[in-house]
Amino acid sequence: MTAALSLKDVTLTHGDGEEIVLALDHVSLEVGPGELVAIVGPSGAGKSSLLAVAGALTPPTSGTVRLGELDLGTASRRELTRIRRERIGFVFQSGNLIPALTSLDQIRLPLTFGTFENPRDPRRLLAEVGMEHKADRRPHQLSGGERQRVGIARALVTRPQVLLVDEPTAALDRQRSQDVVALLAREAHDHGVATVMVTHDHDVLHHCDRVLEMIDGRLREPLAETA
Amino acid sequence: MFLALRELRFARGRFALMGAVVALIAILVVILSGLSVGLANDGVSGLQRMPVASFAFQENVSKDAAFSRSVVGQDALDTWAEQDGVIGAVPFGNTLVNARTDQGVEIDLALFGIETGSFLDPAIRYGSAEVQEGEVVISRTAAEEGIEVGDTIILQPSEAELTVVDILDDQHTFGHVDVGYLPLKTWQEARAGVRPGDVVPDRVYEEFTAVALQVDDESAVDWAAADEAAGTTSLTREESYGASPGYTAEIATLQLIQWFLYAISALVIGAFFTVLTIQRRQEIAVLRAMGASTRYLLRDSLVQSIVLLVVSAGIGIGIGLALGAAVSATAMPFALEAAPIAVATVLLLVLGLLGAALAVLRITRVDPLAALGGSR
Repeated sequence: MTAALSLKDVTLTHGDGEEIVLALDHVSLEVGPGELVAIVGPSGAGKSSLLAVAGALTPPTSGTVRLGELDLGTASRRELTRIRRERIGFVFQSGNLIPALTSLDQIRLPLTFGTFENPRDPRRLLAEVGMEHKADRRPHQLSGGERQRVGIARALVTRPQVLLVDEPTAALDRQRSQDVVALLAREAHDHGVATVMVTHDHDVLHHCDRVLEMIDGRLREPLAETA
Repeated sequence: MFLALRELRFARGRFALMGAVVALIAILVVILSGLSVGLANDGVSGLQRMPVASFAFQENVSKDAAFSRSVVGQDALDTWAEQDGVIGAVPFGNTLVNARTDQGVEIDLALFGIETGSFLDPAIRYGSAEVQEGEVVISRTAAEEGIEVGDTIILQPSEAELTVVDILDDQHTFGHVDVGYLPLKTWQEARAGVRPGDVVPDRVYEEFTAVALQVDDESAVDWAAADEAAGTTSLTREESYGASPGYTAEIATLQLIQWFLYAISALVIGAFFTVLTIQRRQEIAVLRAMGASTRYLLRDSLVQSIVLLVVSAGIGIGIGLALGAAVSATAMPFALEAAPIAVATVLLLVLGLLGAALAVLRITRVDPLAALGGSR
């Protein structure tokens, strides 16, 4: 079966001359539809760089990134924007919700960026993440866990092929962290979304199908005690 | 517009504050527009109402004082009358005088000497009473000073007398002074300061200020050749407004203030949207990461600026018109006219939008990478 997301021998460097920093060092990764892969590792290891490259936010210095059969290296800037809009969902730290919008409008928002063939129903999706009762609340009226639930719903409303999740439990207590990652796992499995989650939180890794460790820009299977 | 309108509603206090500044600028623009038109009317409405294409003044006369310094004669008049394209050439006299009425009303007058029965004659133009020697037809604004039909106006210091035979319906002023139309011969005597009983030399009746010209097609007249032949300097009616005392300086000053207001409006709105865009940098990065196109984001921000500008400028203009209506009722030279206010409104909106557009272009420089954790 074709991987939903595939990185092959990807490197990413920042800076130039003697100041050059190798953020990703020949990284290869395949994530299948419905699979939840966690990437753990210390700060500065390259986890966010991996999300940036996989999410078409920045081009790799070398190597290839594919979404299904689509090679991102051949896409123009405008096409990359369209690919992010239609095929990739992002869940950011603390939700990164828009302050002016209610929970329901947060989920409607991506649908205003373009036309979508078969989007999910925002109200039903809000109910699915357990936030129906706070549909008219704005982000400052929600707890950290609630903001993340709305952020997850927002990322899924366009039925993306790939979901990229950046430290979803960074600001949450233990129980809420478990709830949020369990929700991610359920959505990934139920809707066939290839999900890559970057996290520091080792307590939530049991929800994931696979755990990889990133150190100094290199991706590897973790030692048993870290998984 | 999905996001634009919701953000306007959410941050209404911030937008209202900005809108109040735009509204205040719009009020000032309306008031200044009214003052400009009022002053222009006060300065040159007598000329504006004349069915004249151009005036031919004395050769090389100073253009900012042409009406007070120019003297031309019958030769110039005859030469202009023969020019191709000229369908009317008549003498025109213009002199400012001090006067008082037999009722004791002190008044300054701009005496316009006209040939009776010509296209300058108010009896022909407005159907007013025919004006004979020793008589005058005055502007409505002079009547507002307390002069009535039948009153005698006594010119100073000659003590020559003019009888008011009619009052025109509209404002006819020149150099902020009310106009009185009188026969050319009477005007020539008034200009020469002829006192009752004086022997008047013939040359007094040979001079007037300018030749007033009517043409059927301006391009059909060889203006330079005609000026050369007649020994005159011709100015279009609009150019001749600059010869009204103080006109150019007054209008230029007010227009300069208006342009400063437009510039301030553009700068204030530009600064506001610059700060707003900088404050929204993280939010814009998130939107871009989610796949919002640059066009979507620019359109969204421009809709916000258009709504802000139109609503606040509309409120400001409404208040400005109400204030203007109150000012119009006073003696201040002030007139609300639709065209200049429309032009001022369009300029205010266009320049404000330009300022906002330049500010929101910063959106294109926001990197969607900033949405990810490490960049925060």
